[in-house]
Formats: sequence, structure tokens, C-alpha cells
Amino acid sequence: MDLLAFAKGPILMWSLIIFVVGVSWRLLGILLLRRKPDYSEPRSNATWWGAVRTVFSRMWMRKEFQSRTAYGAALGYVFHIGLAIVVFFFVPHILFIKDLTGLSWGGLPSGVIYATGVVTMIALIILLIRRFTHPVLKLLSNFDDYFSWFVTTAPVVTGLLAVAHLGARYETLLGLHILSVELLFIWFPFGKLMHAFLFAISRGTTGALLERKGAAT
Amino acid sequence: MPDNMTLGEKLVQQGISRRTFLKFCASMASLMALPPSMAAEMAEKLAKLRRQSVIWLSFQECTGCTESITRSHSPTIESLIFDAISLDYHHTLMAASGTAAEHAREQAMKENAGKYLLVVDGSVPAKDTEYYSTIAGISNYDMLVDTAKGAMAILSVGTCAAYGGIPKANPNPTGAVAVSDIIKDKPIINIPGCPPIATVMTGVIAHVLTLGTIPDLDELGRPKVFFGDTIHDRCYRRPFYDQGKFAKSFDDEGARNGWCLYELGCKGPTTYNSCATTKWNGGVSFPIESGHGCLGCSEPDFWDKGSFYKPLSTGEWGGGQILAAGVAAGAVIGVGAAFAARKRQDKASGGK
Ligand code: SF4
Ligand code: SF4
Repeated sequence: MDLLAFAKGPILMWSLIIFVVGVSWRLLGILLLRRKPDYSEPRSNATWWGAVRTVFSRMWMRKEFQSRTAYGAALGYVFHIGLAIVVFFFVPHILFIKDLTGLSWGGLPSGVIYATGVVTMIALIILLIRRFTHPVLKLLSNFDDYFSWFVTTAPVVTGLLAVAHLGARYETLLGLHILSVELLFIWFPFGKLMHAFLFAISRGTTGALLERKGAAT
Repeated sequence: MPDNMTLGEKLVQQGISRRTFLKFCASMASLMALPPSMAAEMAEKLAKLRRQSVIWLSFQECTGCTESITRSHSPTIESLIFDAISLDYHHTLMAASGTAAEHAREQAMKENAGKYLLVVDGSVPAKDTEYYSTIAGISNYDMLVDTAKGAMAILSVGTCAAYGGIPKANPNPTGAVAVSDIIKDKPIINIPGCPPIATVMTGVIAHVLTLGTIPDLDELGRPKVFFGDTIHDRCYRRPFYDQGKFAKSFDDEGARNGWCLYELGCKGPTTYNSCATTKWNGGVSFPIESGHGCLGCSEPDFWDKGSFYKPLSTGEWGGGQILAAGVAAGAVIGVGAAFAARKRQDKASGGK
């Protein structure tokens, strides 16, 4: 069995199993936790609205800190949107998802995807450098941050290498690309990447609490 | 052709002009990525060539490779090159049979010891060799080992001889293996394909005959000049791939417009062969030009690499039910974890 067949076969299966088991374990484990009873008089009953509002309002920087956070936030936006475009609008990726879930949609021309991939990769590299050099960020960063960065960046880099046929034969690079995605699947539920699911839950919970207290969110 | 006749004399006899022959040599030279100046030298050498002894062994195969190289329906100069060799043994093509046929092989081996070219098509059963595929009571395995001893080089023609091919596909009842899995001490040139392109086979034979060397091979033992690029690298539908224009069925608007066949399962991106440049049937067209995706036939284990009609980027694994089971298992663990946490919470708050 060559590298590509290995990556597309057994490793894909096991990484996906770990991914779904891990994600459903963590989501249910959190959602089913008992919440502390709150005996205070609610200032507002529109807690759902507060939750939804906060999910979106926190997508934008606070005015007070704008000058300090704008650079990092902008880079964050670039790579998140870039990743979304590359992952969900490259036709071979859509075909992978379709095979897995039955869902599909239209893709973008490959050239657009390649360009977006390059921009995404540059943003990710700048963010890593920033993490290394920014005194506070550096202090706050742990293994999870660096490893999550690695498993996010590796598929972008290997994917770009594969389309550019750089460094090895295409099928080897494609095998490495798929393996790097599988590493991401495996790490996903256990590290900070889980924020892709949890961000809405945590923001919603905060928003609902603050709404109940009548505080600004 | 009498044994003492050269290919040049044979050409004259067949009424083929020198000009036509030179043109053939020029196209061969360019196919093999040789400098144009080599064409004349090649013509010279080929014309002077006396018949090279070739022993062709057919093991677990379908005769498609022989069919491809002889292309009996349209005699061409390639088939004349074929005439330039003395095919001393070939089941399908020789008139003799039985003991006489085996005698011809033994005689050729003796008379040309160390000098004959051994061509093999078909894979070799390596399990219970005495039962699976025998010729004149000799197992394929023994015949290969015996005949390989005196060969100057071996040409593994077709994916079966080169990599085991279809006989080696799951569950491989005969324990089929490639020639290179058995013979380790001879130069082996793999010319895979199911079947290989006739021009590629004659091109490699012409190379060995005229230059007397083994062409540059890739890591899978294939001549780089013919197997250096993927089908996708040279495919005329590539611009559509880059634009994201894909046929979704074999009979939709996209298919009629000649769009890329990736979604229909084309394996061109991972297949090394010269179909897109050399083409088939004397340069008429190649499978993708006829509307069907590449099957990856010149790659090892192409038969077991999943469906020919599933896109390359899809997985080859158990399927959705396993994942549904995974979600259920994760849910059980999650509920259990939450339950345990609740108990801890209750304990901490003293049951309130
Ligand atoms: S038809 Fe196949 S080989 Fe041609 S561009 Fe599309 S995927 Fe590549
Ligand atoms: S297009 Fe692909 S499957 Fe078809 S003959 Fe060529 S290499 Fe084989």
C-alpha cells in the first residue's frame, strides 16, 4: 500500500472516528453540565436574544482597544476567511465532503483557491512570528497554541506544495497533505481548535448571563 | 525475413522510402527526448541492425499487451521494428506448438546466451507455483527464473508483469507478483499500462537496440521519457480543471463541452504515462479525448485503489455507518462525563 492509499484508507477512517467521537464527547459533556441556579431577579427575559447578539457582537473589536488589537484581529480574519474559502470552495474538497456527507455546493476556480491559500499561509506565518515576539502573547502561549497552529498550517502548506508539484512527486505530496489533515482531525477535539464549535456556545452563555443581569454585552 | 537481412534491406523490400523511415526515426527520437541530431544516427543504426533474439514469455495475462504491440489491423513502421527482432518464442505469435515450441525457446537461449532480450507479459504466481499457470508442464516461476539467467535485459511489458496488475488484485488467489519481485540480478525495464501504448513499447525496444543502453528509469522502473509526466500534466482538458469547470455526468452539458473529468473519477493527476502526448492507435486520440477519465492503468495496484468513478479526493474507507457509530459512542462518553461532573457538582454544593 503506497502512502496515498494509506492516507486515503485506514488512517482517514481512524482519524475521522477519533474526530467524531471526540467532538460529540466534548460537546455533550459541556452541554449537559448542570448550571448554577441563579436566584436573583432577572432584569431581562430576552436571554436568547442576548445570547445570539453576543455571538455576533464579539466578532468585532471593542472600540476602546481597537488601536492595540486591530493588527492581530485583521490577520486573524484574513486567515479564518482564507481557510474557509480554501477548505469549502476547492472542488476536490467539496467532492470529499460530498462523499462523506452527501452535501455539496458550487466551487471556485482553482486559481482563486491557490491565491487564497498563499495569502492564508502568509497570515498564519506572521501570526506565529507575532506570537513569538509579542511579550504578552508569548507569555500566554502554551503547547496547545503552537501545536494547533502547526496542525492548521501544515495542510495549507502541503496543499500548496501538492498543487505546485514542489519537493516531491504529486501523489506523495497529496498523501502528505491528506495525512496532515488527518492530524488536524485527531487533534481537533482535544485542543483549542475545538473553539470552532465552542465559540458559539461560550459566547452565547456569556451573552445570556449578561442579558439576564441587564449588562451590556 | 531471412536471418541475414538487415532492417534497411527489409524496408527496401517492403517499398518504404528512406525519407519515411527518417521521419519515423525523427519522431521516435523526439518521443524519447533525444536531440534531433540523433535521428539520423538512429536511422543508420536501425537500418544496419540484424535481428536481435527476443524471447517473449506470457504468464498470467490477457494477451492485450501482445494485441497492442502487434496491432495487426494496421501494419506500420513500428511493426517493422518488430520485424527487426527475431521473435524466437511467443506463444500467441509462433507457428510451432508443444514440444517444438519449447525446443525453440531452449535453442534460442543456448545460441544467444547472455545476449537475448527477455520480454515478459503477465504476472507470475508465486504461491503453489506448480498448480497455477504452467506451460508445457513448467511452472511460470521456474520458466522465468530459467530464462532470465541468460538474458541481457528484461522488459516487463504491461502492468501485470511490471507490478502484478489485475491477477495481483484482491484477493490475489495465485499469490501473483511482478517480474522484479523474483528476478533481482538483471536490468529490468517496466513498461506498464493495461495495455501499454504500442509506440512506447517499440520506442523502448528501439532505444535498447540502437543505443545498447537501458533508458533512464523512474523509481518504479519506468523509462522517464515516456512516464515522466502525469496524464493531468499534459491533458488538453487541464484549462477546464484550472477554471473549475467539471463534467458531472458522462452526458451533461459539461461533458459535451469537453470539460474536465475529475468529478467523474479521472485518475490523471496521479498517473504517469504518455497517453496525453503519444496518444493511441497511431496518434488518433486517447481515453480522456474519447470522454472517459483515466483509470490509472500504468500505476501499481490500480485495480484496488477504489472505484474508477469516484473522484480522486474522496476517501477509500469503511463509510458513513462507522462515523454514525462514532457519534453515538462519543455521545455515550459525553453523557457519562457530564453525569460524573454533575455528581461532583452536587457533592460540592452539598446536594443543594
Ligand atoms: S480530465 Fe483528468 S487528466 Fe485531464 S485535466 Fe481533468 S483530471 Fe486532469
Ligand atoms: S488514460 Fe490512464 S487508464 Fe487510460 S490508458 Fe492511459 S494511463 Fe491507462
